[in-house]
Formats: sequence, C-alpha cells, structure tokens
Amino acid sequence: MEKFVKLIDTAIPLPTENIDTDQIIPARFLKSTDKNGFGDNVFRDWRYKKDGSINEDFVLNNTNYSGSILIAGDNFGCGSSREHAAWALAGYGFKVVISSFFADIFKGNALNNGILPIQVPKDFLAQLLKKVTDVPDTAIIIDLENQVLKTPIGNVDFEINSYKKLCLLNGYDDIDFLISKQNEIKAFEAKMV
Amino acid sequence: MGKTLFDKVWDAHVVDTIKDGPQILYIDKHLIHEVTSPQAFNELKERNIPIARPDKTVATADHNTPTVNQHLPIKDELSRNQLEQLTKNCEENNITLYGLGHRYNGIVHVMAPELGITQPGMTMVCGDSHTSTHGAFGTIAFGIGTSQVAQVFASQCLLLEKPKSLRVNVNGKLKNGVLPKDVILYIIAKLGTNSGTGYFCEYAGNVFEEMSMEGRMTVCNMSIEMGARGGMIAPDETTFEYVKGREFAPKGEELEKKETYWKTLKTDKNAVFDKEYSFDAEDIEPMVTYGTNPGMGIKISENIPLLNDASFEKSLQYMDFQKGASLINKPINYVFIGSCTNSRIEDFRVAANYVKGKQKAPNVHAWLVPGSQQVAKQIKQEGLQTIFEEAGFQLRQPGCSACLAMNDDKIPAKEYCVSTSNRNFEGRQGQGARTILASPLVAAATAIEGKIIDITKHLN
Repeated sequence: MEKFVKLIDTAIPLPTENIDTDQIIPARFLKSTDKNGFGDNVFRDWRYKKDGSINEDFVLNNTNYSGSILIAGDNFGCGSSREHAAWALAGYGFKVVISSFFADIFKGNALNNGILPIQVPKDFLAQLLKKVTDVPDTAIIIDLENQVLKTPIGNVDFEINSYKKLCLLNGYDDIDFLISKQNEIKAFEAKMV
Repeated sequence: MGKTLFDKVWDAHVVDTIKDGPQILYIDKHLIHEVTSPQAFNELKERNIPIARPDKTVATADHNTPTVNQHLPIKDELSRNQLEQLTKNCEENNITLYGLGHRYNGIVHVMAPELGITQPGMTMVCGDSHTSTHGAFGTIAFGIGTSQVAQVFASQCLLLEKPKSLRVNVNGKLKNGVLPKDVILYIIAKLGTNSGTGYFCEYAGNVFEEMSMEGRMTVCNMSIEMGARGGMIAPDETTFEYVKGREFAPKGEELEKKETYWKTLKTDKNAVFDKEYSFDAEDIEPMVTYGTNPGMGIKISENIPLLNDASFEKSLQYMDFQKGASLINKPINYVFIGSCTNSRIEDFRVAANYVKGKQKAPNVHAWLVPGSQQVAKQIKQEGLQTIFEEAGFQLRQPGCSACLAMNDDKIPAKEYCVSTSNRNFEGRQGQGARTILASPLVAAATAIEGKIIDITKHLN
C-alpha cells in the first residue's frame, strides 16, 4: 500500500446523501477478478446516461471541478460490502473522501486501500460543500500526521484509529501485522474446544 | 455489569488486544463466493502466503450465476471466468466448494444455515454485507471487504475494534399478514439507514422468540440496512431444534456439550446497551418502500410522507412518486420473490398459500428464485411448484438473481418491481429499475392483482 502523509489538492463536491456502494460501482461491473480498471466505471450510472452519452449535469463531468478529494453528503458508502467501491474511487484517483458520516464497511475498505475517510461535523460539511461548489479551485490541505483538515473556511481536527493511522503513514497493511501474530493465534487455536 | 449475548461470543474469540488499538478476533467460519474472493486469493498468491485454515472455509457460487439452464456453459465470458477462477482457487487451496449444479449450491446465507454450517456462538464472516443473516443463531456474523477476506485467509483472524451495543425490543402480538420482513422494514423505517452504524444489534422480545429460524434470518439479514454490521437473536430451543440433524451440525455427545454452552448465550439481566429501542408489535403492518433506500418505508395503507429535503426529492424523482401519494393501486409489471432475505421454504409456502387457485395478472412477470438447490427440491416435493406454475409464475434456478442483477435477471428501466429482496437503491435491480421492497405475501398478492393492494383488507 502507498504511504499517505500530507495532501494539498482541490476537491469535487457531491452533496447527495446516502450514496451507496451500488452507485459508486454498479454490480454489473463486479465481474473482474483483479483490482484494476474499476475507476473507469466509478459512479457509472450518474456519469453516463442510459444510451451511453455523457451526463453533463453530473459533477465529475464538469471540467470546473477536479482533484483527488471527494466531498460527499451524509452516510457515504452505505450498502454492499464490495471493496470494488474503494478500488473504483482509488482507480479514478481519489485519495480522500470527506463526509459527515461513513458507513462502517466502506470506511474499513477505504482505509485498507490507502483512501482516507475524513468525518467532519454536518454544519462544516455543508459550508465546505458550498465553498468548493462556488470556488472550484479552493485548496484543501490534509495533514494526517497531525490529524487536521485545513480549508479557507476553517480547520477541523479529525479522528482516526491510531493503528490505522500508523498503517497509512507507513504503508503497512493488516496482513503483515496478523502474520506477525501467528504464534498467539496458534496458541489460541490449541485452547479451543 | 452483566454481559450481552454479543459480549459473550466476542470475548470468547479475542486472541489478543493491541494497546490503544484493535483486537484480534478469531473467525470460526469463513464463507466465500465468486465475486469478492478472487482478488484476495491473488493477494495471497502474490505474497506467497498459504491459506491458514482451508478447513474452516466454505465456498459457493451465487452472485453471478444464471437462474436458467444452469447445466449449460455460461454465455457471458466475464461471469464464466469468475466462476472458473473460484473453482480453480478452491481446488488449489483445498477449500470445499458447492459450485453451480451441486446439490448443496445456493445463496451463501441460505446454504450455510440449512447445512448446519452456521451454529450458535460462532464467529462467521463473508465478503457480503448480508452475512448478518447468520446472527439469527446467536452468532457474530458480519460482512467484510476483500482485504479482510485476504486477512482471514492469511490468519483466520481479523483486526477489529469492538462495536458498540444496540438492542431493539419488539413485544406484543403481530397482526394477521405481518411477516418477519414487515417487522424489519418497520424497524428500519423507524430508525433510519445509519442508526446502527458502529453498533452490533440484538433483537429481543416475544416477537423474535416466537419467530421461526427462517423468520429470524430475514430479520437479522437486514441489520446492515440500518447500518449495523450485524444483528443477533439469543439461541433457544427453536434454534437447537433447527440445527439438530443437519449435515454438518454436531451430533451425539458433542451436540449435548455444545447445547449446554449455547444455553449460556443469553444477555444477562443487568447488562447495559449503548442504545436501546422498543416497539409494539401491534403497531406493525405490512410494509412497502417508496424510495431509494430501505429506510424509506411506510405501512402499505399509509401515504408517502411530505418532506422538504433534496435527497428525499431526488429519491422520489427516481421512483416517479409524488409526496403524499398512496402506493395502493399502483400498477406493477414485475414481481421478484427471492434473495438471501426471503428465498427460504417458508417464504414460498406463504406465497403459494396466497396464490393457490388464482392466476397472476397478465401484465406481471413473476420470478421465483429459490435460495438453494435444497429449497428448490422442497418446493417441488411440497407441490408448491405446481401451484406456482398453474398460476403463471416462473420458477427459476437458485442464486442471488434480480436482487443485485449481476446476471441476466434485470428489471427494465423505469419499471417497478415489488421485490422480497433487501435493497431498493437506484439501479440495484437493473439500470433505471424501480424497486419496492415488501414481504413474500405482499409480493404474491401484487403478482395476482397486477397492482399493489392493501393486503390487510384482503385478509380480514
């Protein structure tokens, strides 16, 4: 996994609430057996019309907005456990998702793929969405080490599990850690009935 | 302070606790399927790590399988490849696979309980959010991402933070025509889609105590739709009776020993939950959803609420419904009875009981998709197949089917489908398709009438 330390970039505003993983990557694109290529189909049915033409109204098709930060409405990533949603966001180039609430499984999947989910208060989210919508080249700074999100409308400290923070900063994953605990796991198995 | 059912099972599986960090939780059973496992197998292969406990892993093919002509080669190349990968991965790693056509094949959350793989007090995971289904047995069961599938492959463990506790109590007598599906749709409509996020839910009260195991599975299945990673119901005589005699259930002395332990898996009287809600059974009626998340549900006789909210309005626009409108008499062209929520024999019995001697409306395509080969066999043996076929319903072969429309079972754009599945997200059943979640009874009645009817009036 790539290390995540600090990021300065512009953001894409997507104020819709309850964006589920079926919207992030529809099930018909889950037939691949590797992790690559999902970025092409991220938000597929919002980006393209049924006839395959581009939906000009959707923010990812608006050339005013760009960047590796996605700012989304409340309860982002609900629904299916498909990690393909995280692969699709990462494949498209997103490194950070900011929302006022994240669904559990998505949050874990994002962290396991080097995407940082940042939870901010609802009011702040609304203000930030407005700011970025009005001023597309608004620069946002994410300082993971100090757990601060810096924006022109103010700075917000964000929470992250200290173990996960360590993983992101160093590019470790859980498999390395669990393998290092093999002896404890074996001992536990031996005690089991 | 006393312990909850969840605490008891969780604590019994903690291998180690990392200071200021997560816990290492041991996993008793790992269920896998074709869609969320290939990348995990690849990961281990690339890193040259063997699968720690193939004997604790069971595979099935369900998400991406056809529900007609399963004996023929799969036409879609990508789907075929995904299934071939699963077979190859299982063969190379000595993992039991109930592939397409196997007599035990079926939707992962239907297959494992009916084979006795699911047992009380276990920890179970699967790369599928509806793994919460198995909580019906007093099991800690939850969905995981593919990175976690790889972690379980590598170590038979997961690194997790212990979730908070939530209890939902429902007491009283359920009205005629109110099924377990209505109970859970009611709870989600009351609590919303993220009230359970960060929590593990226990369902308690006489309504769940009196429910069959299949009903309990329907309830626990949809825990994730209110954001909870899982839902549990304390194991009791109903549970033990269900498990007993199943293919992989413990037998003889081992069963007696296990039962003694299972009986201890009840929440202590003095245990405290982080959140608790209580509802009266009498207030629950047959439910339908009108929007694009499972929290957007109403009693079938109620009208769509009047809310001023952008996401709510976007949802209604997608569904082509109006605020304040009733769903009664809404013409429906598609009905789907299936999915890991409602594809067990009791679901088909309820539907058949209503359908018997009637004809489906000519405008309706009524698809019945059993949850497993065993359910399909029961449908035939009990004579339900004849009832359905005489009524003009189409009985297909087992699989996830139109619940997520990964295979060819898709609902056309702009069409409504009254569906017994678990998610009414935009495009879930096909691009542009509009899903109305309901119980198998409401679905069967819709198929007969060709429109949504107030089932409560028909029954009374």
